[in-house]
Amino acid sequence: MKQQFVNNAASSVPRVRFGSWGGYLPWIIAIIVVAVLPLILKSSHSVSMLSQMGIAIVFALSYNMLLGQGGMLSFGHAVYFGLGGFFAIHALNMVGDGRLSIPLELIPLVGALGGLLFAIPFGWVSTKRSGTSFAMISLGLGELVAASSLMFTGFFGGEGGISGNRVTDITLLPYSYGPAIEVYYLIAAWAVISAALMYLLTQTPLGRMANAVRDNPERAEFVGYNPRLVRFFQFSLAGLFAGVAGGLYAISYELLTAENLGAVASGTVLLATFIGGVGYFFGPILGAMLITYLQTTLSTFSEAWILYFGLIFVFIVMFAPQGLAGIIMLHRPAWKAGLMSRLLPSYALAVIPVLLFLGGVVALIEMGYHFRTNYDPSEPMGLFGMKVVVTQVMPWIVAVAVTLVGAVLCRLSFRRINAAWADVDAILAGEKR
Amino acid sequence: MTAIALKLTDVNKSFGAAHIIRGVNLEIRKGERHAIIGPNGAGKSTLFNLISGRFGLSSGTIELHGKPINGLPAYEINRLGLSRSFQVTNLFHRMTVIENLRCALLWSMGYRYSFWHLVPRQKRLNEEAERLLEKIRLTARRDVPASLLSYAEQRALEIGATIAGGADVILLDEPTAGMSATETEQAVELIREVTEDKTLVMVEHDMSVVFGLADRVSVLVYGQILATDTPEGIRNNRAVQEAYLGTTEAA
Amino acid sequence: MLELITFSIINGVLYGMLLFMLSSGLTLIFSMMGVLNFAHASFYMLGAYFAYQISTFIGFWPALFLAPLGVAVLGALVERYGLRHVHKHGHVAELLFTFGLVYVIEELVHMIWGRMPVDYRIPDALNFTLFTLFNTSFPAYRGFMLLVALVMFASIYLILRKTRIGMIVQASLSYPEMVGALGHNVPRVFMGVFAFGTGLAGLAGVIAGNYFITEPGMAWAMGPIVFVVVVFGGLGSLPGALIGSLIIGIVQTVSVAMPYSLADALRAFGVELTREAALADLWFLELSRVAPILPYLLLVLMLIFRPRGLMGTRES
Ligand SMILES: Nc1ncnc2c1ncn2[C@@H]1O[C@H](COP(=O)(O)OP(=O)(O)OP(=O)(O)O)[C@@H](O)[C@H]1O
Ligand SMILES: [Mg+2]
Repeated sequence: MKQQFVNNAASSVPRVRFGSWGGYLPWIIAIIVVAVLPLILKSSHSVSMLSQMGIAIVFALSYNMLLGQGGMLSFGHAVYFGLGGFFAIHALNMVGDGRLSIPLELIPLVGALGGLLFAIPFGWVSTKRSGTSFAMISLGLGELVAASSLMFTGFFGGEGGISGNRVTDITLLPYSYGPAIEVYYLIAAWAVISAALMYLLTQTPLGRMANAVRDNPERAEFVGYNPRLVRFFQFSLAGLFAGVAGGLYAISYELLTAENLGAVASGTVLLATFIGGVGYFFGPILGAMLITYLQTTLSTFSEAWILYFGLIFVFIVMFAPQGLAGIIMLHRPAWKAGLMSRLLPSYALAVIPVLLFLGGVVALIEMGYHFRTNYDPSEPMGLFGMKVVVTQVMPWIVAVAVTLVGAVLCRLSFRRINAAWADVDAILAGEKR
Repeated sequence: MTAIALKLTDVNKSFGAAHIIRGVNLEIRKGERHAIIGPNGAGKSTLFNLISGRFGLSSGTIELHGKPINGLPAYEINRLGLSRSFQVTNLFHRMTVIENLRCALLWSMGYRYSFWHLVPRQKRLNEEAERLLEKIRLTARRDVPASLLSYAEQRALEIGATIAGGADVILLDEPTAGMSATETEQAVELIREVTEDKTLVMVEHDMSVVFGLADRVSVLVYGQILATDTPEGIRNNRAVQEAYLGTTEAA
Repeated sequence: MLELITFSIINGVLYGMLLFMLSSGLTLIFSMMGVLNFAHASFYMLGAYFAYQISTFIGFWPALFLAPLGVAVLGALVERYGLRHVHKHGHVAELLFTFGLVYVIEELVHMIWGRMPVDYRIPDALNFTLFTLFNTSFPAYRGFMLLVALVMFASIYLILRKTRIGMIVQASLSYPEMVGALGHNVPRVFMGVFAFGTGLAGLAGVIAGNYFITEPGMAWAMGPIVFVVVVFGGLGSLPGALIGSLIIGIVQTVSVAMPYSLADALRAFGVELTREAALADLWFLELSRVAPILPYLLLVLMLIFRPRGLMGTRES
């Protein structure tokens, strides 16, 4: 299976047929889903999770403007998210004091401005270089800003951060934006608009040249472009959209702290984007949704969610560098040729082994956490609907056995999958019917 | 007297202690097809790299249409109307053939760093790209990523990307190297076609290509120009025969 | 004042040597394998935790040897079963892999040792005052740390200069593409180098974990600084790593001890600023509070103006 992921790394620029409705279809579906979701998932937890997803999606998409589209690996993208957020929260407070009059709906624009304002000078110095040097500069700038944020307490509010109140009574539409659901729709609208704009950016000369510079900066020079300027404009725009996300965050949480622009936030967006898949526009959307889900839902019933997240990331880096989107798009040719029926049986066969293996690993991790972090480890813990006492030996033996059996079965069933793929590839290549 | 497109005066280049280009003087006339031949390692590609701004000169001057260009970055030189291909294929490998061509067209069509035009909606740009695609005979491979093309196809795309910007001085570095006889024939046809009314400088090892295509030939040996003459003149030049042609024909 | 400066410099050198224990391994791994090991400080943290665990069973002195060894074995496994598979996807993928490792290791530490600091203490045998200077005492353990760092430095030097494997390493430091041509089993060499480098980081963890605090956050706290050091000193250069470590170590410790601000400096020139002045935050910022950002400032400036670093031969 590995081989296939690598081969597929090639096709990265999505083609749209503008003019025909086909190109708009995914967007229409997305808008409908976004509008309908909170009607289905009504709980306040779900609504707040959906809002968070919207913010994370904008942020991850802006990150992919660097990593996926421009080939710039940044370890400091949260700087622009956080600064955008701080600008927005200060704007909110000024609106609250009556010193400023901006409708709440447009506060994310203040965030955008904040992000852009800092992305321009920082981008100017860091896009001078590419590759590992760029990554290191971004790391240095990220740490620089994060550390400075604790020094300039006037603007950043020190340890406690800056809080605000989104109910400013100055709005364009007749909503107060007090209730979470109203905030959700505001975030959703901004997320859709930002995503659409970022998508359109990939279709502009700058967007195309960003891909070109990513692939081969030298050749870009010989078609008349200064690669550094291409990177710089791309970087600045990425900072702008990160600022939009930061502004939405300010509205949603009404609190910004130094953490929002720190290394952990920068790392999280990198992980989310990469897991989703940097080679496809929709990849980061998947990644952002997954990480938000893990963060909000899994974290309530497992302490280990970051571990799962890290393991998924390492797995993706090792075996599927095109991310979840890459795995999905891998099936496109087979789907179009109507060959999925040749793959699905082998997949079905793999379901049980994979579940066994994952179940075993999860059990081991959860039991480990319980054993180490619970006040009284001998207290029974709930695991897959069972009551397990981790101070006994038996559960451990069972978990290890399940993991090992799962691993062996996985190996066997993956062989079937590889064979099925070899079959499909041969048919696609026209060597076989 | 015909106008001079490209003029090299006393050009020198050293890599550390290695003196690779040793005082090259060369005038390329406007509209001519000029071939540069010479043994391996003579410095032909290095000369191209100097002209196109990939490397800086150690000393000397290079003028394009009477304007000095040495010291300018490669993209500035490109914008002045000089374009080059590479001996080792050098494309946007993850992008499709048509995307490669579009990117090669963007600057010359005035889009600069625009983030407010939508490429799929630019009628003239797309027509131009499709026209080029046809010209380099890759229509059937339109949406294939460059990295998956065959070698000859990549070479054709390399030429397409080089001429796309409408530069009037074109440098081609061994455009037919590694091709079969029929592929070479097609490539020569293509080059003849796309460089109509342009100034062409090409490095070429295949003598039949050189003598079939070039108006004039320069021989570069060990970093120096040994002779510049018509193909006939070069064929009959004793010094060249001794230094170069003799050895390759014997080999 | 003199006292302050003397002790700041002694502590700076000490901190610098500690940084060197980390940066030497990192730079060695980078120059041989082309891998920027983001998780280097995580192995440092593991060194401290291993030492803690071992010392609860059999005491500090065996831990001093066993813990780095354990970290090295783990490093070898990571290389063998992880990095090696990622290698074919290029250096960015390798960087990302080690980046993911940071998260995994930190969480495993949470799982095994909990989120609170563990009680990893200086051994009693070293818990006394070595000497007292200007009324400030100098703990023996600091002397011990310095000693370990120096012994390590000397051993690396001797290994590189005097042994066959050292020759190979040196040859491939100067000509990375030649490692294979030397007829050595490249994957094995890589595994060895990675194990050795992470083992060094582990050793640093063993001697620093009890001097500072052994807690899950120590990797995040140390990681970026080590990066600063190697990039500042010049990636791939051992002398660069040494000089970088000392400079960053001294700059950080000395600046922490300096309670002066720009306003103080201006006062020396007869300009008196009040708290109400524009940008007061900036003028009254004390050097001691700027200390944490100085290394990053140096890093960014270095990368912009001299990307090879102080002593480096290639661009990162
Ligand atoms: N960047 C460089 N650094 C050091 N030496 C170089 C560099 N580029 C080229 N050289 C040296 O310059 C000499 C000329 O190389 P060049 O590529 O120009 O030759 P060439 O005439 O194009 O040969 P070929 O016919 O093989 O393409 C060679 O000896 C080569 O090793
Ligand atoms: Mg050549």
